[in-house]
Amino acid sequence: MAEKGGGNRLVAVLERFGARVYRMMEDLGNVFVLFLQCVSWMFRPPYEIRNIVKQMEEVGVRSMPVVLVTATFTGMVIALQSWSGFQRFQATSLVGSVVALSITRELGPVFAGLMVSGRVGAAMAAELGTMKVTEQIDALVTLATNPVKYLVVPRVVAATVVLPILVVFADLVGILGGYFVAVNLLGANSYVYINKTYQYLEFKDIYTGLVKASVFGFLIALISCYNGFIAEGGAEGVGRATMRAVVASSMVVLISDYFMTSLMF
Amino acid sequence: MPTIEIRGLCKRFGKKVVLDGMDLTVSQGKNTVVIGGSGTGKSVLIKCVVGLLRADGGEIRIDGEDVTKMDERELVRVRQKFGMLFQGAALFDSMNVGENVAFALRRLRRYPERQIQAAVEEKLAMVGLRDIQHLMPSELSGGMKKRVGLARAIASEPEILLYDEPTTGLDPIMADVINELIIRLRKSLGVTSISITHDMASAYKIADSIAMLYKGKIIEVGTPDEIRNSASPVVTQFVEGRAVGPITAEHEEFIRFVRRSGESGGQEER
Repeated sequence: MAEKGGGNRLVAVLERFGARVYRMMEDLGNVFVLFLQCVSWMFRPPYEIRNIVKQMEEVGVRSMPVVLVTATFTGMVIALQSWSGFQRFQATSLVGSVVALSITRELGPVFAGLMVSGRVGAAMAAELGTMKVTEQIDALVTLATNPVKYLVVPRVVAATVVLPILVVFADLVGILGGYFVAVNLLGANSYVYINKTYQYLEFKDIYTGLVKASVFGFLIALISCYNGFIAEGGAEGVGRATMRAVVASSMVVLISDYFMTSLMF
Repeated sequence: MPTIEIRGLCKRFGKKVVLDGMDLTVSQGKNTVVIGGSGTGKSVLIKCVVGLLRADGGEIRIDGEDVTKMDERELVRVRQKFGMLFQGAALFDSMNVGENVAFALRRLRRYPERQIQAAVEEKLAMVGLRDIQHLMPSELSGGMKKRVGLARAIASEPEILLYDEPTTGLDPIMADVINELIIRLRKSLGVTSISITHDMASAYKIADSIAMLYKGKIIEVGTPDEIRNSASPVVTQFVEGRAVGPITAEHEEFIRFVRRSGESGGQEER
């Protein structure tokens, strides 16, 4: 009897694991289908210019403060950390290069991506999820409007275009933050700092960061819209969709970052 | 000449069979009310008709065209014949009342903007509302939301109207206002309509014919009087709203079955 119970429990665990994997594969497939629909609707007129502009304001203008504060402090802490590290082998003159390279190549886009995942991803999933559970998405369909074209395409386009712009500002204030800490607080030579920043920074560092940001924006919007679309079951369902959107898009930002970096090295 | 013909419609979700080969014919200019308990698939039925859900089998002919075989592009064309009133009205909460009603007209670009304004005012007047175009849906009462939802549904002058529980959640007076509106719209616009409801007072009032949905099939169709005097014990129990009868007997049997089979029954949910 006890043995049989143990066997059943093992089967139950395996079943639950299998169901999980199955649902993950299902989600992956569905996101891909949404991606295809999104791309095919994107280039079909009429273009939803008004909606795109509205979403750009939401994703771009409204996210600016969070992204700027994050980037400033990131730049500042890199300056602080690399200063204390480089001091050990008298290389503090290179702090400027380290700050500039790590901000533009990696931390600017990634932190902006994570902030936008949290802020915009949650908002998109909650809004579309609420529309789903209150039948507003069904209502759109009956009013001769495709929900993917009307809701998903503007969000995806806006996020793809706006995230690189956010990152340009993030790069700028990040480097300024590093400069402030190194020169004003730690006593680095201003001329040397600026000189080293320029000397090692290549245009490629900046634009690979911006390409990454663009891809992050696309993925965040797509994943968050998908999670909103599959929400069901009232307030609790919307909450779950929002949580899934934030977790999934944050993870995708970090995972896709690795692969893009390895491609564009 | 019938406008909507449903033959052998099947729809299941996972293992659960919701519609099991149901037939229904709705004649032009008539209002057919589908009654049935909660969770018997009434909403699924009208969502299949308008193409929000894909049928698994059978056919739904709208003016002779089978919507179950259509691709998305053809469906968009056919959907322009439809207007639908949702259970919770489903107004777009990011837009005000005027924008909600004008939504389809602006999307379809049938008229210039000035005419749209006039059309919106006319449709709102038809449902007895005036001077509320600037209000947001969150500022409206339940009955007003339904009426705005109705104005939005008739804005593009559909030939077919679908009502999903039009009176549910309203007080008796407001429910009757909606009933009157449905009757008046049918008379003035000559639309064909399907309503689903479990409110029998409303069903008797607005229906030209009533169809009872039970276990995925239409078990009886008739005029309100025929349904009221039905010989079928299932129909009688439902329309008279009795707690004891064939519908609930089976339900209780099922609950006893689930209890007996213990855990294995409890894990059925996905």
